[in-house]
Amino acid sequence: MDHLDQLEAQSIYIFREAFARLKKIALLWSLGKDSNVMIWLARKAFFGKMPFPALHVDTGKKFPEMYRFRDHYGKEWDLDLRVEPCPPIDAVDPTLPPAARSAARKTEGLKMALAKYGFDGLIAGIRRDEEATRAKERVFSPRGLEGNWDVRDQPPEFWDHFNASPPQGAHLRIHPILHWTEADIWAYTKRENIPIIPLYLSQNGKRYRSLGDQDITNPVNSTASNIDEILIELEQTKVPERAGRALDHETEDAFERLRVAGYL
Amino acid sequence: MNMIVTPTSPATPNGTTRPQVRIVIVGHVDHGKSTLVGRLLHETGSLPDGKLEMLKAVSARRGMPFEWSFLLDALQTERDQGITIDTTQIRFRTNSRDIVLIDAPGHAEFLRNMITGASQADGAVLIIDALEGVRDQTRRHGYLLHLLGVKQVAIVVNKMDRVDFSADRFKAISDEISAHLNGLGVKPTAVIPISARDGDGVAEHTDRIGWYKGPTVVEALDQLEPARPLEALALRLPVQAIYKFDDRRIVAGRIESGSLVAGDEIVIMPAGKIARIKTVESWPVTPVAGRQGAGRSVGITLDRELFIERGDIVAHTSSAPRETRRLRARIFWLHDKPLAKGDQLLVRCGPKESRATVVAIEKAVDPGELSSSENKAIGRNHVGEIDISLSNPIATDPYTENPRTGRLVIEVAGRIAGGGLVLSVDAGQRAVPVDIVPVESALRPDERSARYQHNGAVVWLTGLPASGKSTLAKALERRLFTNGGSPILLDGDTLRAGLNSDLGFSAADRSENIRRLAEVATHLARNGHIAIVAAVSPAREDRATARRIADTAFREIHVATPADVCEGRDPKGHYKKARAGALASFTGIGNDYEAPQAAELVIDTSTRTIAEAADEIEQMLKTSGVLFDEAVDLAANI
Repeated sequence: MDHLDQLEAQSIYIFREAFARLKKIALLWSLGKDSNVMIWLARKAFFGKMPFPALHVDTGKKFPEMYRFRDHYGKEWDLDLRVEPCPPIDAVDPTLPPAARSAARKTEGLKMALAKYGFDGLIAGIRRDEEATRAKERVFSPRGLEGNWDVRDQPPEFWDHFNASPPQGAHLRIHPILHWTEADIWAYTKRENIPIIPLYLSQNGKRYRSLGDQDITNPVNSTASNIDEILIELEQTKVPERAGRALDHETEDAFERLRVAGYL
Repeated sequence: MNMIVTPTSPATPNGTTRPQVRIVIVGHVDHGKSTLVGRLLHETGSLPDGKLEMLKAVSARRGMPFEWSFLLDALQTERDQGITIDTTQIRFRTNSRDIVLIDAPGHAEFLRNMITGASQADGAVLIIDALEGVRDQTRRHGYLLHLLGVKQVAIVVNKMDRVDFSADRFKAISDEISAHLNGLGVKPTAVIPISARDGDGVAEHTDRIGWYKGPTVVEALDQLEPARPLEALALRLPVQAIYKFDDRRIVAGRIESGSLVAGDEIVIMPAGKIARIKTVESWPVTPVAGRQGAGRSVGITLDRELFIERGDIVAHTSSAPRETRRLRARIFWLHDKPLAKGDQLLVRCGPKESRATVVAIEKAVDPGELSSSENKAIGRNHVGEIDISLSNPIATDPYTENPRTGRLVIEVAGRIAGGGLVLSVDAGQRAVPVDIVPVESALRPDERSARYQHNGAVVWLTGLPASGKSTLAKALERRLFTNGGSPILLDGDTLRAGLNSDLGFSAADRSENIRRLAEVATHLARNGHIAIVAAVSPAREDRATARRIADTAFREIHVATPADVCEGRDPKGHYKKARAGALASFTGIGNDYEAPQAAELVIDTSTRTIAEAADEIEQMLKTSGVLFDEAVDLAANI
């Protein structure tokens, strides 16, 4: 077993635990490279078809390439796709800085989708290496009744035993690729030949390392025009992955405040 | 030695050529874990561009001197409090290893986070403040590393600058901690004097520690070995689920140890059912040929349809795990309420879960104290050995034989409250696996309860000989039957004439007698009947076993007629014979009857009539949800 085999086996284990122990789950499909890998892993875990819905909480501000990707692969992968809208920006905490406020819309959209379907588990493609607060996450991460994350009172989690009993009315976040890195994602995408959105590849000296809403995501300087070149670039770069995500950098704790409120 | 990250060529990211090891840094609060991590990241050139400058600027803005630990304490809340509250994972590289660094909090309050972090580690660095020396949390973390199965431990004596780089001070601490760890069976891979703040001993030998000739921290990390899958051990495939998404019936799980291939003869434990692996399923290509080894998440189909559940273990017939209802474990406890004898728990061994009762506690100590006195209960953040009895049989191994399947976690109210290693397994009687296929009833429980107007139950009458158990049992039987119910009397003496005729009156035989009574009664209760058991059943533990078997269907009634009244009645003449010494092992004239402490009902037949006593039982069965009230109403309307 090589490194990618180990990561894959661990993720499949987590998927199967989530499906066995929770009543009603969905996978949050952001259309990015990480959630596409997640869907691939879920299909491996369940032998071809993902047996729960793929939920796209749609800000309406994604790139056109992303919507095309969603509509095409939603069908090709035989997904039970649920697209849920986000509330207008006026409905969101006006004290947040602009980009964070825009991202917080997505949190509100997520809460509405949760209320609509009554999911007790949401599968999310966050990774520990992305960002310091995400590094503190559990694989099965309990959320409060308001969808909030209590970082001070996380339950113990060890030996692949997960806390899978959310209180009545609350839900769990499940993080099957928490232990992967950005480079792992690309190496696996290449090995398994998983489709990607072309925005990740260099055009005119720039590419997107991370895809969010059009208005709050910026490309990075890069000449990497295929996955091999991306991997070489990642070996050498010291620029963090989410550098192009405006909301991470507005204030020191903007991202943490978002996560405590239930953002991914 | 210079540990600046150099681009590897060719581009083979993530350890296809370089081993990846996961390291945890543990130790007493404020002994410098986060500082060491910050320094390690700096020394190995692993910091993102601008991160150090950003944090220095933040420190300046806040009017605080820069600390290396700020690198890790990225959360606002942590900076405010100045302590690390959770596990953070950081990656960097040494010459020949990719290191995943898991920082774990030293504050006792957050032991659950230290355990969460350390449980994922291949190796550990235990850090000790040279000025403060070995402290309670140092010892506690050392002990937990041993319990968590982390065998590679390097000791770092930090803040050597505070003791003028004294070789004597270093040796004293080194000797103390080495002795402590050796006592736990852990041999440190290195003991290293450092100053994380100034950098001595982290990546370089400096003149100030010129007397030290061992490895630096980076060199010690470079020598750690990654975890190896346990392919050499016997096959253990715990079943996570059975999928029937199409016409395949796939048994899915992760191979924890050993390996398997299509065609293997396997046994499903604990039931002992035998089958052959037909195919190994996968996606997108299926089936897959070739042997699948430990660490793989797989799906298999079998050559016959067997009843298999989540939590069963697939093994080879020649090397099956042990089936048991009882085991001993060494555990750590994280719950606020201490764990005590008699506590009811939920135990998980892999995907298997079972309700369990603590039947004994030994060696309960605080692993942080030097000379711990033993307690009766295991307090929060303490450790101990427990015997537990399980309501469902499980298949498991002692951890010395299989470190993956030989461990368990304990849940209280849906939250993990402790965990530990299986020390020994009280193996079941079955020597050779057999092909047992339980047949389920054609009727549903609600069909029966609709007819009988009651749920199934085990009504267990315990008390001294001649206390009135059988008389009361018969009165209750008649009453329930008259109301349209389905009571069945199981008298202890009557069953001894047949089913239990091979049993005498030794403690072991009495236990077995009670176990069989409970199993038969439970089978009846599961099929909707009310089994009325009348048995002296003097041992509290035996009755606890019966309650465990019958679970929620169990209703205990203590027929508490005073001993002198019982002896006066003596309808079978047993008391008389016993007084004459002609009846050994007779319960009643000694003090060998252990009265129930929490029976559902206590009845003294010397102060009420049989009809009154039967009324009380009927009332208890109503209020506890066995008898339906409607039955009475229906009868009135006829």
